Amino acid sequence: MSEVKKFMFVNRKAPYGTIYALEALEVVLITAAFDQDVSLVFLDDGVFQLKKGQQTKGIEIKNFSPTYRALEGYDVEKLYVLKESMDARGLSEDDLLVPVTVLTTAEMGALMDEQDVVLSF
Amino acid sequence: MLHIVNKSPLENTALESCLNLAGAGDVLLIEDAVYAATVGNSFEPTLRAALGKVKIYALQPDLDARGMGDRLVAGVTAVDYSGFVDLTTSNKNCQSWL
Amino acid sequence: MKFGIVVNEGPYQHQSSDSAYLFAKAAIARGHEVWRVFFYHDGVNNASALTEPPQDDRHIVNRWSKLAEEHKVDLVVCVAAALRRGIKEENLAKGFRISGLGQLVEAGTKTDRLITFGD
Repeated sequence: MSEVKKFMFVNRKAPYGTIYALEALEVVLITAAFDQDVSLVFLDDGVFQLKKGQQTKGIEIKNFSPTYRALEGYDVEKLYVLKESMDARGLSEDDLLVPVTVLTTAEMGALMDEQDVVLSF
Repeated sequence: MLHIVNKSPLENTALESCLNLAGAGDVLLIEDAVYAATVGNSFEPTLRAALGKVKIYALQPDLDARGMGDRLVAGVTAVDYSGFVDLTTSNKNCQSWL
Repeated sequence: MKFGIVVNEGPYQHQSSDSAYLFAKAAIARGHEVWRVFFYHDGVNNASALTEPPQDDRHIVNRWSKLAEEHKVDLVVCVAAALRRGIKEENLAKGFRISGLGQLVEAGTKTDRLITFGD
């Protein structure tokens, strides 16, 4: 696949309550494997996907949060969080599993505008 | 950019988030999001305020299906599926706010 | 233009399959090409050959099959999502094929617009 496009994955949903976050990660890994320019965005409840300390034994669903730490190994390094969403949920960067770039709404809007393909989950 | 929203703003924040983030561009309301394009609900002031910044469209068949075809907010443009297709081609990219 | 479409929800449960289908029809009527429809998450249930809606309702699965046949639309079901939900070759409706997520990436790189329908 020779064409390289800018793919953005917009995550707006919390983990475990629905499968979207997990299946979104699967697409992200494949897209990176196809050498595309990948960005991940966490908005609204999507920010909860990155919360440290997830322990899923009691709900018998696989804890997929370590995968966010592995993204770097797939050259997925552009992770963006909307400041407003993080603040509204009482979270700070220290609460997150991985280093992220925190953006304002204006910066996030501009970043979306420049993408070729936006997939939201 | 074309922003496509399909949730009622009275039970989900997708449209609110979209309107906060959308710079210039078009916003198309489909499925349950068409309620946002109608008069008399508590979201109407927010929608009217956004009309100054973005152009807002609502899918007519979804309005009609919900019995809301005659309650469109002035300034919102109703389109059919063909108009939906044209919005995706006239914008250089698009995003569905799921 | 060349379109790709992604369907993320199951038929009948959510309107997204209907919206996606009507969008595809309108795009074709407008002279565009719908190159591929990719079914992901519960969207894979759109491909179940076991679907039997009441007679007075639309047949969402057959409608896709017919679209594929008449307009050469490539209907691709994600293998990982399908296996999780019991969609296999043996109950795959006509016109659909099961393949990997790379087909979704390709729908992004090889089309002019990729439109997602979901919840």
